[in-house]
Amino acid sequence: MDIQFFIELFFGGLTRGSIYALIALGYTLVYGIIELINFAHGEVYMLGAFTALLVAGVLGIYGFPFGGILIVATLAAIVWCAAYGYTLEKVAYKPLRGAPRLSPLISAIGMSIFLQNYVLLAQTSDFVPFPNLLPEMPFLDSIEVLSPSNFLILLVSTLAMVALTVFIRHTRMGKAMRATAQNRKMALLLGINADKIISLTFIIGSSLAALGGVLIASHMQVINYNIGFLAGLKAFTAAVLGGIGSIPGAMVGGLVLGLAESFATGYFSGNYEDILAFGILILILIFRPDGILGKAKVQKV
Amino acid sequence: MRRVIKALLTAVWFMILTFPVMCIKVNSIDNTVNWYPERAFWLGVGVFVMALIWDWCFARKSRGLPVLSLGAIGESMGNALRRLQEQPHYRGGALILLALVMLAMPVVSSIYQTNIMISALLYVMLALGLNIVVGLAGQLVLGYVAFYAVGAYAYGLLHQFFGLGFWVCLPIGGFLAVLFGLVLGFPVLRLRGDYLAIVTLGFGEIVRLALLNWPSLTGGPSGISNIPRPGLFGLEMDINISTIYIYYLVLAAVVLTIIVISRLKNSRVGLALQALREDEIACEAMGIDITRVKLSAFALGSCWAGFAGVIFAAKTTYINPSSFGFMESAMILSMVVLGGMGSIVGVVIAAMILILAPEYLRAFSEYRMLIFGAIMVIMMIFRPQGLVSGERRKYKISALQKKTLEGRS
Repeated sequence: MDIQFFIELFFGGLTRGSIYALIALGYTLVYGIIELINFAHGEVYMLGAFTALLVAGVLGIYGFPFGGILIVATLAAIVWCAAYGYTLEKVAYKPLRGAPRLSPLISAIGMSIFLQNYVLLAQTSDFVPFPNLLPEMPFLDSIEVLSPSNFLILLVSTLAMVALTVFIRHTRMGKAMRATAQNRKMALLLGINADKIISLTFIIGSSLAALGGVLIASHMQVINYNIGFLAGLKAFTAAVLGGIGSIPGAMVGGLVLGLAESFATGYFSGNYEDILAFGILILILIFRPDGILGKAKVQKV
Repeated sequence: MRRVIKALLTAVWFMILTFPVMCIKVNSIDNTVNWYPERAFWLGVGVFVMALIWDWCFARKSRGLPVLSLGAIGESMGNALRRLQEQPHYRGGALILLALVMLAMPVVSSIYQTNIMISALLYVMLALGLNIVVGLAGQLVLGYVAFYAVGAYAYGLLHQFFGLGFWVCLPIGGFLAVLFGLVLGFPVLRLRGDYLAIVTLGFGEIVRLALLNWPSLTGGPSGISNIPRPGLFGLEMDINISTIYIYYLVLAAVVLTIIVISRLKNSRVGLALQALREDEIACEAMGIDITRVKLSAFALGSCWAGFAGVIFAAKTTYINPSSFGFMESAMILSMVVLGGMGSIVGVVIAAMILILAPEYLRAFSEYRMLIFGAIMVIMMIFRPQGLVSGERRKYKISALQKKTLEGRS
């Protein structure tokens, strides 16, 4: 077997997987706390990519120094997406707390369609080229299999995941989040403001999605108003694969899915890449709905 | 006053929130930026008004009053319909009037109008079919369009390879769709709610991708063309007559659908479906075989999509995978949601509104999907039962007592 090709696919899969993991974290965090599949999460990711594109475009044209553009655009994407996530929750989900379970889900689907068309109408339906914002990294030249964008994606997403883990494990807010996820009523009794925690969850999830959006857009170099749909579904697959509600699960699931896709495209055919993801999703949901790292839930009457 | 300030703040918040996407357009080819500050202003005004209405609706909702003028219209429509149903004279008259209008429609109006009406009626059929699964049985299926695709491709392919005609393919298309419904139904029996939604969404996408990536059979992205229109005992028909013929065909199919579903609703199976929607565990405890009920929901729902698919293929004479994307499913779902889950009249009205309004209000057609999305959110928040809430058959004890008394004497 060609070892070079294998390593290339491996890193490609790792890169893809870490993006899936970043988006999957948003699904998992939200599901962990309010048991809702935030269908519009993929759209937040798309909005992140668009915001970054617009900000970078403006800065580039008005002659902002190149090195700063990436950082400013990423920060802008994160801030705006956090705001989108926060608003999304306030508008579409908060009024439906306590409603039958299908209601917020339908509302989420509606929101997803709404946001897609909002970008379609305000911007364009064409594919937009995304500026190359990545700095040159000469030290990578000796390693042929790892391109600068792959390297950066791996680095940034690893950092983000470590930061999230530290935040969830060791800060007061993180503890409050975990408590709310375990039992919202009990958390309320203990003086945790559940509304705030839910908002915070959406903000964190959306920020991670924005980060993912910027990274993938600068990797793929082209974006479109409906990139969120597929990416969202795949990230959801990753979240379910790892066990929805579990944070390490989302990371593992993302990486597994990314690697599986990468190897399947490399060794078989690229046509069936998406079918593979959906196939995995369906099989997992049917045979092991609790995922790799999830805990089995007992259905209570 | 507090409300106005709140609405103002909301407007400012939304102006900031939507600023980059709304007001900046970057042209990366000639490196120019276009600014649209006026968009932010109008958006702010719009959001301000919306926020006031939103607030008012919430205030009404928390006081338990019917919300939304739209909802009020729905309410009065529902009341009018109920009155119609209670008074057989009016009911008969209204039905005859409606029937006359529908029958006369292709004769008095143009072919263009008839074509629009055909697609509206097809959507009515699809929405009614989905209403069995989502509205009656409470199983959120997001890949409904897959069954539609199965029907359409069944006709296209059977014609292409075996030269079969429309009337042979219609039952086959329905049957194949049912088969697919069962194939999907079996593995997802254990799933409920959101997981079911996602799996069916994945299933729908798989069907679409399979159609797209299997060019030797399905023609890939270019699809199948030259599908014949339905025949009538070998009569030669020009395109106008044939369109009118299809119109009557679809109309008949819709009427049949309505009759079957309204019979189904209060039948043993229909009541079991509704029990399943209300509470799966309680339903099982009442001795209803969940497996059978769920499978029959899938089979019944997908069957109509299969029929609609065959008719769609015959109508357009050309099909390709892009007609069967997730957005179609979402559109059909929003008809069910807007009309009222489980309500036949509501779903028919909603499907008509959602298809005909964008056709006749051209300015509005660009915003079609945007509005569909918004409708789904707003309906869920303010009027989850839909425009016309589904009627449940009620058994009145007094009537029963009367009967027993009469029986005694």
